[in-house]
Amino acid sequence: MAKTIVQEFTKGLWEEIPPFRLVLGLCPVLAVTKTVANGIGMGIAATFVLVCSNILVSALRNIIPSKVRVPCFIIIIATFVVVVELVMQAVAYPLFLQLGIFIPLIVVNCIILGRAEAFASKNGVAASTADGLGIGVGFTIALGALAAIREAFGAGTLSVPFSDTIVQLFGPSFKPFTFMVEAPGAFVCLGLMLGVMNLVGKK
Amino acid sequence: MGDYILLAIGAILVNNILLIQYLGNCPFLGTSKKMDTAVGMAMAVVFVLAMAGIVTWIFEAVFLKPLGLEYIRTIVFIVVIAALVQFVEIFLKKNIPALYAGLGIFLPLITTNCAVMGVCLINIKEEYNFLEMFVSSLAYPAGFGLALILFAGLRERIIIGRVPAPMQDVAIALVTAGFMSLSFLGFKGMI
Repeated sequence: MAKTIVQEFTKGLWEEIPPFRLVLGLCPVLAVTKTVANGIGMGIAATFVLVCSNILVSALRNIIPSKVRVPCFIIIIATFVVVVELVMQAVAYPLFLQLGIFIPLIVVNCIILGRAEAFASKNGVAASTADGLGIGVGFTIALGALAAIREAFGAGTLSVPFSDTIVQLFGPSFKPFTFMVEAPGAFVCLGLMLGVMNLVGKK
Repeated sequence: MGDYILLAIGAILVNNILLIQYLGNCPFLGTSKKMDTAVGMAMAVVFVLAMAGIVTWIFEAVFLKPLGLEYIRTIVFIVVIAALVQFVEIFLKKNIPALYAGLGIFLPLITTNCAVMGVCLINIKEEYNFLEMFVSSLAYPAGFGLALILFAGLRERIIIGRVPAPMQDVAIALVTAGFMSLSFLGFKGMI
């Protein structure tokens, strides 16, 4: 564990970027990437939960008995998910409605529990914060990229996060390729992106 | 009666939890490489979800709603599900060892299966009464099992085929799942 804080952060952006390198937490990836705004919103919510739970888990790692650690982690994560739910209802209600049950389901996102178990429970607070932030930002970028492809082809638009602006990409004669915004498009698009990532990542 | 049948068909085919609602995809990809594990996982999900649906629905009706505590639903549900899974595991180990041997390794994974939590939340969100909740808690996991077992059959074949190196394993599995999802989308007009 001779990695610096910066390395812990940057590994989440490429080496271990979820969901491509770590194939975990696929449900929100597939479900909320119909539009860029939803994808980025979900990414930020998940990042917040990930960073906070990583900090708390690593701060308490010597107090939590190892036999009951998983239930403890789940309760810590659930607490922050409730925080996110309440804050989103207050400040971003339309987004909250769009994401629907996928906000409470952050609680069972395997990435977050996975990082708590694999990283935060073994490392210090600073390193865990960097790890959470890196993985979270990587996850947000991945969601944004997948959402941009799906939205561009599926609806011919790009929605700007945190505003009501929707940019029209193509002329009026564009026929939306609705396959991409439906469920099958999500699977196929993610599969192809994974293939491209494997191709590029090969040394 | 007809309503319940429609609800069940809707949950199994039209709104298939894996392929249309995108819930429970981690175990979907994780356990579908072999038919045995797929069947085990499908059975475990049906078994746990039938109980989790009832227990969380009762918790919502008896505690959360009358006391105005809906905002901590997420914490309560996950704790209830985790406790239930643990309890089921202990109970099966002691009383029905044969079933435990079949489901054993899949049970702990179910706590973090978003299909279980997702269906419990859908039951509350759609404001189902007790019977509707019971039908949906059986039909959604049945749809999960159907999709998972069909997919495992496909995947066993794909492993034999010659897949380009970058597309191997998960990438080709996702594309396959996409085409399965497309065929399930065909049920959309049924109801």
